[in-house]
Amino acid sequence: MIYYIIHRFLYAFPLLMGVNILTFVLFFVVNSPDDMARMQLGQKHITQQAINIWKQQHGYDLPLIWNEKADNPIAETIFYQKSVHLFVFDFGISDSGRNIGADIKQRMWPSLAVALPSLVIGLFVNISLALMIVLFRNTYLEHLGIMLCVMLMSISGLFYIIGGQFLLSKILLLVPISGFDSGVNGIKFLILPVLIAVISGIGSGVRWYRTLFLEEVEKDYVRTARAKGLSETQVLFKHILKNAMLPILTGIVVILPLLFMGSLLTESFFSIPGLGSYTIDAINRQDFAIVRSMVFLGSVLYIIGLLLTDISYTLVDPRVRLS
Amino acid sequence: MIILWTDSLIFLLVLVSIASFFYVLHKPQWQRPLEKIVRNKTGMLSLLVLLFFISIGLLDSLHFKSNQSNSHEIISVLDYCADTIKSHSEKTYSAPFATHLYSKEIILGDNGSKHWAHPRLVYGGAHLQHPESEYKKDIALKTFIGFAKSSLIFVLIGAVCFATARFMDKTIVLNSVGKALLLLTFVLFTSSYTLIYLSSYYHVMGTDKVGEDVFYQAIKSIRTGLVIGFLTTLVMLPLAIVFGIMAGFFRGWVDDIIAYIYTTLNSIPSVLLIAASILMVQVYVANHPDSFTNPLLRADMRLLFLCLILGVTSWTGLCRSLRAETLKLREMEYVQAAQALGVKRAMILYRHILPNVMHIVLISVVLDFSSLVLAEAVLSYINIGVDPTTYSWGNMINNARLEMAREPIVWWSLTASFLFMFSLVLAANLFADCVSDAFDPRRSRT
Repeated sequence: MIYYIIHRFLYAFPLLMGVNILTFVLFFVVNSPDDMARMQLGQKHITQQAINIWKQQHGYDLPLIWNEKADNPIAETIFYQKSVHLFVFDFGISDSGRNIGADIKQRMWPSLAVALPSLVIGLFVNISLALMIVLFRNTYLEHLGIMLCVMLMSISGLFYIIGGQFLLSKILLLVPISGFDSGVNGIKFLILPVLIAVISGIGSGVRWYRTLFLEEVEKDYVRTARAKGLSETQVLFKHILKNAMLPILTGIVVILPLLFMGSLLTESFFSIPGLGSYTIDAINRQDFAIVRSMVFLGSVLYIIGLLLTDISYTLVDPRVRLS
Repeated sequence: MIILWTDSLIFLLVLVSIASFFYVLHKPQWQRPLEKIVRNKTGMLSLLVLLFFISIGLLDSLHFKSNQSNSHEIISVLDYCADTIKSHSEKTYSAPFATHLYSKEIILGDNGSKHWAHPRLVYGGAHLQHPESEYKKDIALKTFIGFAKSSLIFVLIGAVCFATARFMDKTIVLNSVGKALLLLTFVLFTSSYTLIYLSSYYHVMGTDKVGEDVFYQAIKSIRTGLVIGFLTTLVMLPLAIVFGIMAGFFRGWVDDIIAYIYTTLNSIPSVLLIAASILMVQVYVANHPDSFTNPLLRADMRLLFLCLILGVTSWTGLCRSLRAETLKLREMEYVQAAQALGVKRAMILYRHILPNVMHIVLISVVLDFSSLVLAEAVLSYINIGVDPTTYSWGNMINNARLEMAREPIVWWSLTASFLFMFSLVLAANLFADCVSDAFDPRRSRT
């Protein structure tokens, strides 16, 4: 067991190295630091001197991967300073001069405050609706439910947010249109984003859980349970739901770490100071240092999610062999 | 005639899909699923809607240089047809079917007096003498005329077809699917004809901030949505098929390397990867202004690049399922037999494995299409989507979202993009359901 986990853990390193090299190529080789400086300074005719000053200020005035002049030819390069340092979560300073690591620590909690309730409530709503549809299978109610799901799926997430803000905040004046506050005061700001996140996820979520349940419905143990004389609802809740929980839970584990990253759209529309809006701001300001850090952080969290999934499989399902 | 990069790829895609359609038409293993699709009413209706959108998109993909002497604009056949709508631009916002501008201005009267009112539109309802009293009646009348004309044309075409069939001693018998298709064709034809007819007198979906017709923008956006949806699959398919089948068939170190590549790509959040790549393209374009002189060419390159990068981020899912399927197939008796008989491995892949995974490819293509169209809107909102000058639903939403705060609200841009996007994506989703139903081996006997 321990050996298996260590094995999986070690596999994460080549993956992160791959991500690192990919982002390095994308950010420094495709365009040289000179190009970035010219873009940031923004004028048409800038002197080489101005470019050099900008590069020095942001630490881009080093060779890419091999520094012949320095005592340590590997350490004093852009690759080492900017990319390898990410491994110890040293994100450095952003192009506008702020400490990225401190920003991330501060901003991940608002992201979590929106993402976690959305996930939990969404899960509850989706599973109950999917169970309803499975209960009424082969009736008109099922067709109606599936049709509604397809329609909900076909609406862009942008419309859910714009429509929700318009209806609940502007017409009905129930909740504030956007903003964020910590503690209990923040709840009134969270209601609308969470509600919209739940509703916009219903379409695809219900369909997905429905297929999971339908797979279980056709299995032998369900027929046995029915033959014993259990009612349809008892079969559904006691047998099918219990057995389908396994794929459901392991499916959730992989996205748990990513909850810290927040949702780009929700956070920017509701001006929640989380990591999602941080990323969008960085993209709009063309702050490459932040985007690079977020790419790395996102892949670290995803890989942690994969690890957790592997571990939870072995914990929950004894049939999974450890190899 | 000018062929943009995306145009050439679109026509390549059309040719390939027509060719492969005729290729599989007589393959026995495709007969039953195809028949099942043809019998499915929802599936066929959504296919018709999709084809309607595709034909508009194709019209918009035939570009040529405008022969008007003063401009060297590159325009498409669709632009040429919709020239009246395009040229009918107002000063600023106006509501659908409005005769007056949305905002008030100082108007100079005939006798030099000034008053503060909504001025008349230059084109919308310009033929009316007294718009307040006449315009409701006029809209009803114009709608009726458009509808009547188009129904007449439709009936005439139908009669000609019927007569030709009679002349050739064939009778056309329509089953219920055929009737539904005919009805939908009628609805699509008459409504588009009526809208086009009306739009030469009014702005049927209003005008936007700079006075451009919203209906025109929404129609132009169709091509962008389709390009994103289809060209991305063109990028994604070769990667997914080659890598997926190779990983599943050869296993061992080939499998390890391919699994490593797709896990690495998968672990980067796709939005961030797209953002990073698009930022890099922006830097490149900013530093090489000489290569991108024509704004349309620049926008086109960006669209193509967006498809490329979306393809790179989205092939992993299909690759994984193809790998799993190939792992299963390579243990099948007929593959084992081929191996035992000494058939070359490339031949086995081509003759035995590839045809048997094609249904997975087809299902994933139609399933991905709708999510890609939706993704375009989100990406354009974050400013990492298509070029801001390209017509797209994402850009329409992006420009319109602040207008909801105005009083009275400007709702028409959002509504128009919503309607068009919803109908395209809904049709694609329904068709995808129908296709995956037809090809699902677990439901083969029903």
